[in-house]
Amino acid sequence: MEKLKVMVVDDEPGIRSGVSRILNNFTVSYPFMDADIGFDILEVGTGEEAIEKVKSEHIDIVLLDNKLPGILGTEVLEYINKNNPEILVMMITSYASLELAVKATNNGAYDFIPKPFTPQELKSSLENVSKHLFLRGMTRKMNKEGKEIRFQFLSVLSHELKAPLNAIEGYLRIMKDKEKGDDIASYDQMIDRSVQRIKGMRNLIMDLLDLTKINFEKKTDKFQDINLGEIAQLSIEAMNPYAIQKDVKITLSDEEHIVLKADPGDIEIIFNNLISNGVKYNKDGGTVDVKLIKTDNKINIIVKDTGIGLSKEETDKLFHEFFRVKSEQTRHITGSGLGLSIVKRISDLYNGEIMVDSTPGEGTSFTVILPM
Amino acid sequence: MENTKRTVLIADDDEDYLFQMKMYVESFGFNVITADNQKEAEVIIQNTKPDLAIFDLMMENDDSGFILCYKMKRRHPEVPIILATAVASETGISFGVDTDSDKKWIKADLYLEKGIRKDQLHKEINKLLKI
Repeated sequence: MEKLKVMVVDDEPGIRSGVSRILNNFTVSYPFMDADIGFDILEVGTGEEAIEKVKSEHIDIVLLDNKLPGILGTEVLEYINKNNPEILVMMITSYASLELAVKATNNGAYDFIPKPFTPQELKSSLENVSKHLFLRGMTRKMNKEGKEIRFQFLSVLSHELKAPLNAIEGYLRIMKDKEKGDDIASYDQMIDRSVQRIKGMRNLIMDLLDLTKINFEKKTDKFQDINLGEIAQLSIEAMNPYAIQKDVKITLSDEEHIVLKADPGDIEIIFNNLISNGVKYNKDGGTVDVKLIKTDNKINIIVKDTGIGLSKEETDKLFHEFFRVKSEQTRHITGSGLGLSIVKRISDLYNGEIMVDSTPGEGTSFTVILPM
Repeated sequence: MENTKRTVLIADDDEDYLFQMKMYVESFGFNVITADNQKEAEVIIQNTKPDLAIFDLMMENDDSGFILCYKMKRRHPEVPIILATAVASETGISFGVDTDSDKKWIKADLYLEKGIRKDQLHKEINKLLKI
């Protein structure tokens, strides 16, 4: 059996021994794993001791109370995040300090367990966290084996590719079996939906092709002096038919006629993604303003729309692969969830950065800053 | 016997798949409640007790389906659950609820690969509801 080392940091001996008792005979088994996972428990009463143990022993999971006699749990969390980020920290907090717990999770704690907890609650939290550790270990192993397989990425990718196939197959089957009798209109709707899903799949494949193009090192041999405004203009023209349909106006301001040394393909991908997002997530009659500005030795590409905007939560996840904003307003907008992660990757490649500023209901502004 | 119709809760974030499942399950003579995300399904579980539930695995979280199974069984242990997903063929990892250790972890009564045929779905639902 594989054993995970769990350190319980709490100044109440009762809690420590309780946790030990619950976890000592507890094992987690997964359908996709041969061996079960058990837990070795280490009990400490103060934050100072906890840090000593982190320095001297291998620890997988820390169950951390915040109210400790010396330094606080949050300080221990800070230390672990800085020095041993591979350790997963779960905060133990009373319901009264749930706010603190949420803050702690934002500051790097993996999760929190509200106190008082039942044995079952503790167990299911541990189940969760060990599943996460297992998946992480698996990903690391695959990377180490040189396969460069990104487990999570591939599984999500195949999910995204298969979902439309399932949907289309389902509709075809319904139509073949004439489930709706002579109701031709309902079949038309199914055909429309199928066409939509095929479109979505095509977009995903195109984005994947973009992704493979830039997945590698920056190839400076493809670098040339490019006129940013020209590439932006081409992107705008490509997007215009769709923009006209939505009654969205796209403007470009490039007063300095900026020239940049870069791979034109990369820059095109940046404009295409930002401008098409600006149009797609816009309101009818809205605008997308593209602005190119030079400051110090940097170039700012600003794309500002008057669309549906993003919440803080959505902004945080925006550049993650396959993240898509899901709401009533975005339901009928197709997208692969890859576009912005690709833009981010390109700007990283050029040692640049990407920023987003958004107000829900009013619009979003993306700024890509590239060094010259 | 219209008022004794049983109710099936279906949660899936793919609107087309949800539509198709709803259509099939309704054609078997059940009432259907739908949720297109995990959060919504959790609210439904808190407030109503369906006779059977069908959950998708990957919704806003990769393990949404597992979480819903867990929450449903905690609130209504007797309600049978079907976990419908395409994950196995995607990851090469096979899930299943056949062995005891699987049952301990996956709190679903039946695990189904997506793309199930209508008659098969009907049979499985009837079996779980002992109809």
